[in-house]
Amino acid sequence: MTEQLRLLPGYFTAHLQLTLAALLLAVAIAVPLGISVARRRMLATPLLGVTSVIQTIPGLALLAIMVPALAALGALTQRTFGFELRSIGFLPALIALTLYALLPILRNTLVGIAGVDPALIEAARGVGMTETEVLRRVTLPLAMPVIVAGLRTAAVWVVGTATLSTPVGATSLGNFIFSGLQTRNHVAVLVGCAAAAVLALLLDQAIQALEAGLRDGRRGLVAGALLFLTGLCFWAAASFDAPGSRLASRAVVIGAKTFTEQYVLSELLAARIANATGLPTRTLPSLGSTVAFDALRAGEIDVYVEYSGTVWATLMRRAQLPEDRSRVLAEVREFLHTEHAIEIAAALGFENSYALGMRADRARRLGIERISQLAPHAPQLEIGGDYEFFQRAEWTALQRLYGLTFRAERSMDSSLMYQAVEQGEVDVITAFSTDGRIAAQDIALLDDDRGAIPPYDALVLVGPRVASEQPQVLAALAGLAGTIDAAQMRRMNLAVDRDGRPPAEVAREFLQTLGAN
Amino acid sequence: MIELDRLCKRHGAVVAVEDLSLEVARGELLVLLGRSGSGKTTTLKMVNRLIEPSAGCVRIAGHDTRELAPHDLRRGIGYCFQQVGLFPHLSVARNIAITPQLLGWSEARIAARVDELLGLVELEPSGFRERRPSQLSGGEQQRVGLARALAAEPEVVLLDEPFGALDPLTRDRLQCWFNGLRRRLGFTAIFVTHDMVEALVLGDRIAVLEQGRLAQVGTPAELLSAPADATVAELMATPRRQAAIVERFLATRGRNA
Repeated sequence: MTEQLRLLPGYFTAHLQLTLAALLLAVAIAVPLGISVARRRMLATPLLGVTSVIQTIPGLALLAIMVPALAALGALTQRTFGFELRSIGFLPALIALTLYALLPILRNTLVGIAGVDPALIEAARGVGMTETEVLRRVTLPLAMPVIVAGLRTAAVWVVGTATLSTPVGATSLGNFIFSGLQTRNHVAVLVGCAAAAVLALLLDQAIQALEAGLRDGRRGLVAGALLFLTGLCFWAAASFDAPGSRLASRAVVIGAKTFTEQYVLSELLAARIANATGLPTRTLPSLGSTVAFDALRAGEIDVYVEYSGTVWATLMRRAQLPEDRSRVLAEVREFLHTEHAIEIAAALGFENSYALGMRADRARRLGIERISQLAPHAPQLEIGGDYEFFQRAEWTALQRLYGLTFRAERSMDSSLMYQAVEQGEVDVITAFSTDGRIAAQDIALLDDDRGAIPPYDALVLVGPRVASEQPQVLAALAGLAGTIDAAQMRRMNLAVDRDGRPPAEVAREFLQTLGAN
Repeated sequence: MIELDRLCKRHGAVVAVEDLSLEVARGELLVLLGRSGSGKTTTLKMVNRLIEPSAGCVRIAGHDTRELAPHDLRRGIGYCFQQVGLFPHLSVARNIAITPQLLGWSEARIAARVDELLGLVELEPSGFRERRPSQLSGGEQQRVGLARALAAEPEVVLLDEPFGALDPLTRDRLQCWFNGLRRRLGFTAIFVTHDMVEALVLGDRIAVLEQGRLAQVGTPAELLSAPADATVAELMATPRRQAAIVERFLATRGRNA
């Protein structure tokens, strides 16, 4: 709990910054846009249509789309203007949330303006106002309560949706929720949800006061609400550390994907770099799987742990495995170096492979030890996999080599798979071979006797900037080669997953035993 | 003071006003009288260019109204609306102050003028200055609307059925009061109404419109004694016809009682 509360001010401020920046930007776009098209139905209707369509895109998807979209745009600006956009972190989250906030503000601006009595507009012209004066003195003041009501709707949506910006690398209260769900830390999840709810209520009440004040002409209420909201904006802006200052401090940023092993390893690498080089380090957890690689390539993060098989199947798009499995690592190293100037600092010494697993008693009863023995039973069985598995090349290879057809394929969060197979919700899961719960829950891993699944050596990848400019980081990480075996990794994972210990603490402990030997 | 020179307004094939020429002398009040859809409001709005004429022109004090930008023209002409059109988000004082503000008067001069006007329309300044339009009765709203129209001391005032939505007692009282006010201030006015009695009480002269054309223009006495056609005659006869209905009603009631 104290650990979570220590993180709260940072996450809360970041969440507030993201929310307010998106809302201000959305107001700056939607209100002038609404005003300019309010009297032109030909433009207003399609514009509302476009914002409505944006609204129907699920929040997480909209955020995720921003990363490749910005990366493509960044490549374009790099070529034409000589600067690259940051495709990970604050910017993609800001753009996605701004787009999300557009609809309620635009719609209410249009409705508010349309709701002004035409007789009053004519009266305003009749007393001698220019069109601009009509807008400023009559139309906008009368439409304002409705416009502010739209802002209020947008504020609540954005506070909620901003919690989903963690996977694109923007710090928010979502960091509590994503890491908490993965590491089974329910306190963290609750802290994140409660803080987001408090923030939403706070903004909702402040904007509601503004709306009521405007509607009833209560100057004091309007002034009070405005003072509070501006104060909030100033506070958020003041605690914003500009990208420039972050760059100046040159912290080495270690990324992590969204599962326990990655949290532990990112802490482990951060501590190792800090101890060996004295450089400042920062971890950026809960990145989407391909987001992490894109972030490394773009220099948004400097280091993270990737698995050779993932590079092979997902990035190199190779379906066939070579006769000699050790060729995989060599080819991966060659690909990363020549295509992306990314270096492999170390192979940590363990594999975290996809493996098909079943409850041991069930496997024994059916007489299944190898995947080839599973194939005849598959049509009566259900398989559960993580979000990406059924889209991956390994799954295609498994189906092709073994002729596997299951009764049903079910995608679920990787942290829930073990529970699902234990309770008989599914019969087979796509386990991670280093997961501590395999041994703890007596799950049998089936032998890949036809070699469908590539090797998944855990590799420490180092991005182009650090590889060329900070060789001491590369050297410090190289010292970790071969130091973690599968049993040790499983123990560390179990310490977090089952015993609920913080990943950073588990990582520190491991480094101490390493230093002692 | 005001000259309407062969004014026309067409909406496609529909003719709202056709070849209308009228003159209003300085200090005179001309009533535009006619049934609904006869083109009297359209004519009024063409004077301050809330509606642009299809053909013809309007001259005020000898100047074509197209010489000025529409908003500059309107700042010099008082306009009183049928629906009053007070701005609900502004106080009574701010409503009255609008045109002087647009003209860039000093705050002190505006404040003094607002109090003067509230006195003129017989509303106690200290009690009404800060009220919202929603806190006023219909008659009070119409007085504030008139104060707003007169705020910038215009020489020309246009009035579009200003008393049309009021109850008969309030209307009679305001008509009487307005007559006195006009003679005191001496502005030139065009007053639109469909109410024959109102036209007789207020108008120096009356112009009768029929389907966008001028049927007859003259003093109330001229129109009553020598109506130009059957329709004008029928219109002029309305008050007497209504009085006759009342007489008959009273007579039958009297017999039955």
